[in-house]
Amino acid sequence: MVKGIEKYGIPVVHMATVVPISLTIGANRIIPGVGIPYPLGDPTQGEVDSKKIRRRMVKRALKALQTPVAEQTVFEKDDF
Amino acid sequence: MKLELGKIKIDDIQFSEKTYVENHVLYVNKEEVEKLVLEDDKLVSCKLDIAKPGESTRITPVKDVIEPRVKVSGGEIFPGVTGKVSPAVGEGRTHALEGCCVVTVGRIVGFQEGVIDMSGVAADYCPFSKTVNLCVVIEPQEGLETHVYERAGRLAGLKVAAYLGETARNLEPDVLEVYETKPLFEQAAMYPDLPKVGYIHMLQSQGLLHDTYYYGVDAKQIVPTFMYPTEIMDGAIISGNCVAPCDKVTTFHHLHNPVIEDCYKHHGKDINFMGVILTNENVFLADKERHSDMVAKLAEYMGLDGVLITEEGYGNPDTDLMMNCKKVERKGVKVVLITDEFPGKDGKSQSLADVCEEATALASCGQGNMTLQFPVMKKIIGTMDYIEDQIGGWAGCVNPDGSFEAEIQIIIASTIANGYNCLAARGY
Amino acid sequence: MAKYRIVHYVNQFFAGIGGEEKADHKPEIREGILGPGVAIKANLSDDFEIVATAICGDNYYGENLDEATDTLIEMIKKYKPDVFVAGPAFNAGRYGVACGTIAKAVEERLQIPVITAAYAENPGVDMFRKDLIIVKTGDSAASMKKVVKSLCPLIEKLAKHEEVLGPEIEGYHERGIRVNYFADERGSERAIKMLVKKLKGEEFETDLPMPKFDRVAPAKPVENMKKAKIAVVTSGGIVPTGNPDHIESSNATKYGAYSIEGMQKLSPDDFTTIHGGYDRQFVMENPNLVVPLDVLRELEKEGEFGELYNTFFATTGTGTATGSAAKFGDAIGKTLIDDHVDAVILVST
Repeated sequence: MVKGIEKYGIPVVHMATVVPISLTIGANRIIPGVGIPYPLGDPTQGEVDSKKIRRRMVKRALKALQTPVAEQTVFEKDDF
Repeated sequence: MKLELGKIKIDDIQFSEKTYVENHVLYVNKEEVEKLVLEDDKLVSCKLDIAKPGESTRITPVKDVIEPRVKVSGGEIFPGVTGKVSPAVGEGRTHALEGCCVVTVGRIVGFQEGVIDMSGVAADYCPFSKTVNLCVVIEPQEGLETHVYERAGRLAGLKVAAYLGETARNLEPDVLEVYETKPLFEQAAMYPDLPKVGYIHMLQSQGLLHDTYYYGVDAKQIVPTFMYPTEIMDGAIISGNCVAPCDKVTTFHHLHNPVIEDCYKHHGKDINFMGVILTNENVFLADKERHSDMVAKLAEYMGLDGVLITEEGYGNPDTDLMMNCKKVERKGVKVVLITDEFPGKDGKSQSLADVCEEATALASCGQGNMTLQFPVMKKIIGTMDYIEDQIGGWAGCVNPDGSFEAEIQIIIASTIANGYNCLAARGY
Repeated sequence: MAKYRIVHYVNQFFAGIGGEEKADHKPEIREGILGPGVAIKANLSDDFEIVATAICGDNYYGENLDEATDTLIEMIKKYKPDVFVAGPAFNAGRYGVACGTIAKAVEERLQIPVITAAYAENPGVDMFRKDLIIVKTGDSAASMKKVVKSLCPLIEKLAKHEEVLGPEIEGYHERGIRVNYFADERGSERAIKMLVKKLKGEEFETDLPMPKFDRVAPAKPVENMKKAKIAVVTSGGIVPTGNPDHIESSNATKYGAYSIEGMQKLSPDDFTTIHGGYDRQFVMENPNLVVPLDVLRELEKEGEFGELYNTFFATTGTGTATGSAAKFGDAIGKTLIDDHVDAVILVST
């Protein structure tokens, strides 16, 4: 799906837990998800913190979408 | 560690006043079994039925399949779950009723419970179309939480299998097989000229309804370890998961792990079978990284020359499979993978969700997306209500007469990724 | 009984028109047999006849792909063929691509069986192997004698709709279609034998050669996020409660498009997940864990980005064929381009 969309020239940030699969299928901007049952957030830490985690991740996704990449890149840090 | 496995062949099951085995027939006291199951107040009803090969019978939704076994030399079967944990697991003597199975059936917990047809075209794809099955049809309390229901269903089957296994305690086995694996150094010294081969056994551990138990420990909480192969034959590993039906490593398949059985066949001839490395398939990347590192370390530590790796399930576990493959190969240990494929209905898409260049040797267990026409069956054990929701089915796939079309993924253990079946896929 | 009618396609060179200097030859069709058609006809039984030969220059075809295809199809259609044969192209690259293109178009538009032939390294083979039966050839026309031995029986089988066996037996390039069969030994035993060979350094044959996934160049980043329109896509199976589009929980054949207009977050009362591959409990309680609508709305309000596209797209990723996923991506991409979406957040579980 990532490639199908990106080939139209629209940048896609893939937020996925299993980064190796994301790399294999050819996503170019990747943000590691927290876990398969809850990729964006961590409900085991309570709703409030879970949402904070999600917010940080989505902000990182927006940042990744504004970052030029030459090859497949995993954005692991919140450097904004 | 040495295990004598005595097999008593069972050709038929019949209901009777008493539970016993005579002349290869298992007689079952219905009331006793039902009472045993209903000891668990989470279950409100339990009905027994018998399904035999060749009958026009469909069993669905199937949760687990278990072969009745008993420890006759001390210790208990299914240690840590229904039995006590004791040092006797994997050694001494065990008796098994071969050719019959306990099949737990009931309203679905998830989408992952499948179909067993006792005759017709789908029977060719299912190992349990060839066994005589005692079906335990359970009904949970209204509104029971899914984890609780899953546990109740899982324990019901194991309890019935252990109960039936008791009938074999004092029987003279038709066949007595002896399996032995020695402590590492001794085993390595026993066949110094043969390549040392291990088995990396990946347990499904993806969370709710996707769990396997190792001595009663939830497999998602284990770190990779190693074990004697015979421990598995005594029920050290049981299935608690509801992975796609075709991929389900039922408790039967743990007891009859085909890689272990076949490695013993080759043991001392062209390989020196050293033992099993046990690992899991967790849902967090950190676990996948850590555990594949550990698996590679253990393979190196055990001095292995080659390994076979099996997985349970597909999708993200393909990543664990490939990480294990890559890291073990990089330790200089030769790898052969065993797995099944999901290339889409037309067979043209990629078979695996993840790949690596080190995966040069792979034995295919067939592809699960191929479709079949499932004929009408005279008798349904369980219910057809969920066929369209079960994995492999789709909205509108069931015809008014009860026949249906579905992918073979809906058949229990049809493409099981441990090599139990002869089904394979090749390129056209 | 009427004979099976074949239309054959060749390039300008095999039609005897000329070499490179005639490569801009326009499409034409001639009644009867031409060039390599003679050898093909000679190896077919009497109930087959080559009724016409279509011709096009390789460069002309390459430079006028759509138009040449349309023209040729119209010409071929008139002869009412039962089966269509293109080539063999041997190692001629442009010719191989032309054979593949026209054969695929004939199959799709005229709904008749088609076949072509080419050398393994001909670029046409990799482009069309999944779609077509491409008989193996040597790298030059010198191999024609051998080629017809595989090509002609296949033409007959295709015309009569008989079963085509595996690539090794029939002599065509493997299409990469995975077909089930019952092996003589179970998987575990075959794997051990493979391992023994691998350990000895002997040759062994894997059941599944590792595929190579293709790549797409990274798209340019969003220049002005403050004005950007962002869309959300997920393979995590988030759908309205009741799954109105009946998306499968595994090996999905479709995706859904769902409005989030006016919503500040995804409510567990309105949305659920039907993904068959993970513990759904957490997401069923809070679907924002997959489609992060709650924080996207906050960030939208705060002006972190321009606006949120008011529809999200969803399917299930478990066991979903890469072919289906590519198709979904293409369809979604097209919609998003039309609606001027600047960037996509795609969440997988």
